[in-house]
Amino acid sequence: MDSGKNFLVGIYEDEDVLISAVKKIRANGVKIHEVFTPYPVHGLDEALGYKRTRLPIAAFMFGFLGTALALLIQSYMMATDWPMIIGGKNYASVTYVPVTFELTVLLSALGMVGTFLVVSNMKPWGKARIFDERSTDNKHVMAIDLDENKASTEVITNILNENGASEVKPKQFDD
Amino acid sequence: MTDERFIFTAALKKKLIIIGLVGAVMFVIGVIALMIGGDHDSASHGAEAAGHAAETGGHGAVSGQHEGSWIQRVYANLWINNVYFAGIALIGIFFVALQYVAQAGWSASFKRVPLAFGSWLPIAGLLMLVIYLVASHDLFHWTHEDLYIEGGEHFDEIIAGKRAYLNTPFYLARTIIYFSLWYLFYRWIRKEMVAEDLDGSTQHWKKLIGISAGFIVIFAVSSSMSAWDWILSIDTHWFSTMIGWYVFSSWFVTGLAVITLIVVILKENGYLSLVNANHLHDLGKFVFGFSIFWAYLWVSQYLLIYYANIPEESVYFVERVTSDQYAPVFYVVLLMNFVFPFLALMTRDAKRHALFLKIVCPVVIIGHWLDFYLMVTPGTLKESGGFGFLEIGMAIVFGVAFLFVVLASLAKIPLVGKNHPMLEESMHHNI
Repeated sequence: MDSGKNFLVGIYEDEDVLISAVKKIRANGVKIHEVFTPYPVHGLDEALGYKRTRLPIAAFMFGFLGTALALLIQSYMMATDWPMIIGGKNYASVTYVPVTFELTVLLSALGMVGTFLVVSNMKPWGKARIFDERSTDNKHVMAIDLDENKASTEVITNILNENGASEVKPKQFDD
Repeated sequence: MTDERFIFTAALKKKLIIIGLVGAVMFVIGVIALMIGGDHDSASHGAEAAGHAAETGGHGAVSGQHEGSWIQRVYANLWINNVYFAGIALIGIFFVALQYVAQAGWSASFKRVPLAFGSWLPIAGLLMLVIYLVASHDLFHWTHEDLYIEGGEHFDEIIAGKRAYLNTPFYLARTIIYFSLWYLFYRWIRKEMVAEDLDGSTQHWKKLIGISAGFIVIFAVSSSMSAWDWILSIDTHWFSTMIGWYVFSSWFVTGLAVITLIVVILKENGYLSLVNANHLHDLGKFVFGFSIFWAYLWVSQYLLIYYANIPEESVYFVERVTSDQYAPVFYVVLLMNFVFPFLALMTRDAKRHALFLKIVCPVVIIGHWLDFYLMVTPGTLKESGGFGFLEIGMAIVFGVAFLFVVLASLAKIPLVGKNHPMLEESMHHNI
């Protein structure tokens, strides 16, 4: 059986209930696929045991790329390909600063957005899995991948219900 | 919750006094060394100074008796230190006001540390007036009367044109107004914050938002104007539309570094139990971000002057970059205030650990002192300036005096406002 197609979805009304439920469910050895909340819930990442995002590393790399590219392009254009002396200034000088700064910021920002879209599966060709539409409105939605868990559906349903889920339902995806 | 109070122990006082005495001894050694070797120094630099000081050439006769003397160097350093520490004191109140206007919750747990900086203001104001009255001729070229006598030997048309703004009565009045307003607002904010401890209603907090907004408006104008008066007018012929912002950014990042350092040290000594890594992270972000802001303004000022290359503007940087004395400081300032904090505080972990902050903040604090040194010294002492025991000693004495006053003020009221409506939010601050 292909993994990642059969899910169990638990609906939570309250963020405090959700966080304590996440902790207890994980303590019971159940793997949580993902939790969707209508607004950022502080402390949820820690409860889910997520590692810190590595986005800053991508930001640094893209920023550095921007710096390098800016210096390269300016020295190529202004000093190598068609040397231009403006106001008797050196080719390479403090005048490179604005362009270098702007390109660093631009590439860092765009690179971060791009990286984020790709790793969050929001790329144009990515297909979104909607577990419950109410996660954009007023419910916290917890998705559990049944193929990843050894425990049976009944056991997990019980655990979810014991920990304050207002509703538990299965959800299948075809792809 | 019980009142947490900072205790300014006798041992700490003793330690500070000893450091202050060391600074004083260094200062005296520096002065004596200059008195003995002073003639030699000014002779060797005399030739260069004459070339550089074309504008003061004619006026040299007036202040000739002081040229290169140790007393001038003492005056210049008094001015550097006083402007620098007055700025830190001012930034303390500005930071508090900013938190109220933004209705920020995270800072509620340590807001009284920057508040205490304001207690230095009356001393700074008094010193500012006294130093001006004693040393105005040595510090400010424009204070010489003969510049304004039309047809006179030293008549200076440009400076005469600025007389409506740059004249002693108006100058003193402005300085008095700045300090009176700042101190008034400091007392007002402090009064409301203390009243909140006894009352417990949110009316003080609401009132403080209004007071703080008023202070920020006044600060916006007065911080720029005081920078023109205290820094820009030293180089009377020179002008820079960036100087108000430039001085503000230098003050602000120094103030933030001092706040961070004091909070970290208090935390390590068992105070400020509500402050955790999240608060340090935000303070670290402030120091990181405003170091970049300072560099941004530095480039904005330098780049335009460099590119336009108008003699009366670029002379300011020529004096600094082409001088053997000031060129190293010029580059060191950029390294200490931008490159180092930028790289050292870039990662999240660095901002969250006291050790990193304890390394970066002192570098930034010293770096911005050097920045003020670079703003004041070439204009006042020309090539006869220097850097030695005198400078270091006096900076230490000022620093200790500042800390002494601030810590004494910090000990007077509870360290945390227990009825601050945002205290709960600050406790759960999580980033």
